[in-house]
Amino acid sequence: MTTARQPVNALGLTRADYRGAPSTLCAGCGHDSVASQIIAAAFELSLPPHRVIRMSGIGCSSKSAAYFLGRSHGFNSLHGRMPAVTTGAHVANHTLIPLAVSGDGDTGSIGLGGFKHLLRRNVPLVYIIENNGVYGLTKGQFSATADEGARLKHAGVNLLPPIDLCAEALLAGCGFVARSFAGDAKQVRELIKAAFAFHGTAVLDVISPCVTFNNHDDSTKSYAYGKAHEEPLHDVTFIPRYEEMVAEFAPGEVRDLRLHDGPVIRLRRLAADHDPSDRLAALMLLEQARAAGEFITGLIYLSEGRPTLAESLGLGPTPLAELPADTLRPPPEALAAVNDEFR
Amino acid sequence: MTLPNIPQLPTINEFAITVATVNGSGSQTANQAIVRAIFRMGIPVNGKNLFPSNIQGEPTWFTIRVSARGHSARPAEAPILIAFNPRTAEADLAALPPGGICLYPDDGPWRPRRDDVTGYSLPVKELVAASGFEPRLREYAANMVYVGALAALIGIELEHIRGALLHHFKGKAQPAALNFGVAQAAYERFVAAYPQALAAPRFRLAPLRATDGKILIDGNTAAALGAIFGGVSFLTWYPITPATSLADALGAYLPRLRTGPDGHPAYAIVQAEDEIATLGMAVGAGWAGARAMTCTSGPGLSLMTEFAGLAYFAEIPCVVWDVQRVGPSTGLPTRTAQGDLRAAAFLGHGDARHVVLLPGNVAECFEFGWRAFDLAERLQTLVFVLSDLDLGMNLWTSDLLAYPDAPMDRGKVLSAADLERLGSFARFADPEGDGIGARTLPGNPHPLAATLSRGTGHNERNLYSERPEDWKANMDRLSRKYETARRLVPQPVAEEDPEATVGLIGFGSTEGVIREARDLLRAQGLPTSFLRLRAVPLGESARRFVARHRRCVVVELNHDGQMRDLLRIHCPEHAARLLSVAHSDGLPLTAEFVAESVRALKRL
Repeated sequence: MTTARQPVNALGLTRADYRGAPSTLCAGCGHDSVASQIIAAAFELSLPPHRVIRMSGIGCSSKSAAYFLGRSHGFNSLHGRMPAVTTGAHVANHTLIPLAVSGDGDTGSIGLGGFKHLLRRNVPLVYIIENNGVYGLTKGQFSATADEGARLKHAGVNLLPPIDLCAEALLAGCGFVARSFAGDAKQVRELIKAAFAFHGTAVLDVISPCVTFNNHDDSTKSYAYGKAHEEPLHDVTFIPRYEEMVAEFAPGEVRDLRLHDGPVIRLRRLAADHDPSDRLAALMLLEQARAAGEFITGLIYLSEGRPTLAESLGLGPTPLAELPADTLRPPPEALAAVNDEFR
Repeated sequence: MTLPNIPQLPTINEFAITVATVNGSGSQTANQAIVRAIFRMGIPVNGKNLFPSNIQGEPTWFTIRVSARGHSARPAEAPILIAFNPRTAEADLAALPPGGICLYPDDGPWRPRRDDVTGYSLPVKELVAASGFEPRLREYAANMVYVGALAALIGIELEHIRGALLHHFKGKAQPAALNFGVAQAAYERFVAAYPQALAAPRFRLAPLRATDGKILIDGNTAAALGAIFGGVSFLTWYPITPATSLADALGAYLPRLRTGPDGHPAYAIVQAEDEIATLGMAVGAGWAGARAMTCTSGPGLSLMTEFAGLAYFAEIPCVVWDVQRVGPSTGLPTRTAQGDLRAAAFLGHGDARHVVLLPGNVAECFEFGWRAFDLAERLQTLVFVLSDLDLGMNLWTSDLLAYPDAPMDRGKVLSAADLERLGSFARFADPEGDGIGARTLPGNPHPLAATLSRGTGHNERNLYSERPEDWKANMDRLSRKYETARRLVPQPVAEEDPEATVGLIGFGSTEGVIREARDLLRAQGLPTSFLRLRAVPLGESARRFVARHRRCVVVELNHDGQMRDLLRIHCPEHAARLLSVAHSDGLPLTAEFVAESVRALKRL
């Protein structure tokens, strides 16, 4: 219930209206931090809850779809298959706003193929990968994003190179690629808001520590490691409307990336300047970070312009799911004409 | 041996022709033109293509069956051979019955050497050279030579050949005329060269009016048209023989039949990365409120297993066409079977049971094409439609496609106004006792509307639950829904013979074979009844049919007798009455084989 003291957004909704069921994840799970930032972002953007669909696969991360946006429709689908289900939902009703959470098992292992094809099709979707390098519900096996040499209590040492989901996204043609850290609440929130404003698939690979199986100090997916090593590329601020920008910056200090509908992603320079519009630079950045063992976060790549799947299909304003019967079923004369052609 | 020198009466309108060619040589154009020309003479005809899993250069056979009586089964033998593949010619010749006729090209050394077969050499070399075809299309011209010669031999009217070619080339006059020119020349040369063949013909066509009000069409095209008139708005597919031509037909007809009033397509087609994704996309679209379908064959069905279970358990409407080929595994990709019945009926782990529609002819491919969507949305579940390569890819003489006789049934969907009126919403409540809850679609703005669909255990309100009583109650409700499906699906068609103590039971593309086998059996003193099953779950009428007969023989095109097993599960009290003629070797059954197999059953 809305009370006078609780802040409301442009739709008159409170933050509580964007909450979900109570989480059943382990206390301190990174995924719960991400869920709070999803709630915050949706509230601050005044997203109409019924227009959002929350989509997920299977795993700890995918369970968390129940823990936010309880007034949004949603589908907790199959392991690794969220992309296919979301693609179908988008084609059926392209006016919906899909938001997905999926894990590194979903995205990097069982569903890697589906992930790449989702990006090729450019299904408009905020795709948050809650990446902890480990299978939690099955009690601690390495996932495909675990670093080479990583140690786990039962699984031992990981001898295989990790799959970098941001690099995979870039190579598949994704136009919004970001990496973040569940412990960096503000950056996660601002990137989620920017992702909602993006026209196409936006991939956020959020390192989200598993406090039960992969949070020991020498794990590169732990809170301690993340807090000590995170190197943000920029300070990210999402500005819904350009005219609201007030702060003054010295030349070269900020980079304002304007999205097609008018919002702006403001990147304030921190260390070396990274230009997120340069795809090759983005790939080099990821490779250099990998080689140097650096944990970089922020907006790695941004490029709008590719048509979404609904646009590629030429769909009109009325969603396929809402077409009336007389559009769906041609008249008897049409069948008579067809019959004539088979004589 | 010499042929007896007494004038024989020709066999009229009741014979078969085998065309042996090399695949990739364009013989489909020639063969389909022959079939359509005969159809246009008013004579029931069908054509079956027996082709290899190969792009070019392997043997292929096309069987044309002319039958004034309307028989459509693969003929046990074909007395006319067009031997245009030197690699198989000797074996093809050996398969000709005594008194057979062999047409062969003169551009190679092969000659038929059988005393009891009449051979006619065709001047392919000369006619191709004179055809005006560019060199890379010479094989097409060669095919037209046998079209013309055959027309002369059996009496296909040339005007109908011309019309059939024009039909094939979609009204384009130039290629039709070029091809027709070769056929006509071959016709004239045959008449001039072999007057004796025409003076005392062995096999002749005589025009009838038996195809008035009929069409000539393949099952995959009929299925695609059925889906279109059923309001399909989303097709997702992955290329696989023999389902590809179903997707192709949707791609061909949707732009014309379903461009919306605003000029935008009122449909979408997505070729997915695999069959996991095809069904996943269909499930997502069905969940969001579209009429979604995919079409596949056995290997694709296997990949869809997990999503089939999700669609069943999360109760999402969508339609899967399985145009069956021979399995298990990759099997025989270009040959026909009815081997996916068991897999489709129970696809998925745990206690999953599905609705499976079984069209028996191309008119039913159309009917079930639209009906499947009504059932899927009424029952809020995945509906399989099982066709097969024979039904799907071959040309059949059919009744006209009949316009749907009922408005679309979109099932129980609650709008925001409905929710406002009801004041509460529990997705899986069962107030009507039919096992079907009401659903809300994404985008419904009512605060009560949203639920998180899931394949995990859930309670009546669709909330996650591991409570034993919730799980049990949900599965019990799904069982009630299956009983509702049992009443809603197309019911079997029975043809009872009052003298019969034996019933034949079949489904799908074997309808014509069983019908013809019944004629043979009756002539041999064994009258039979016939029950054609049209869907799973099986119903009471099937049980009663079995009970009424001393023995029932389930005839099916698979190795294990899958439908017989389903019937035994359905009516275990009659299990001993249910015998099996189950056969799968890649080819459609023949009536002779079925009749002999039935008579050979020891316990009949």
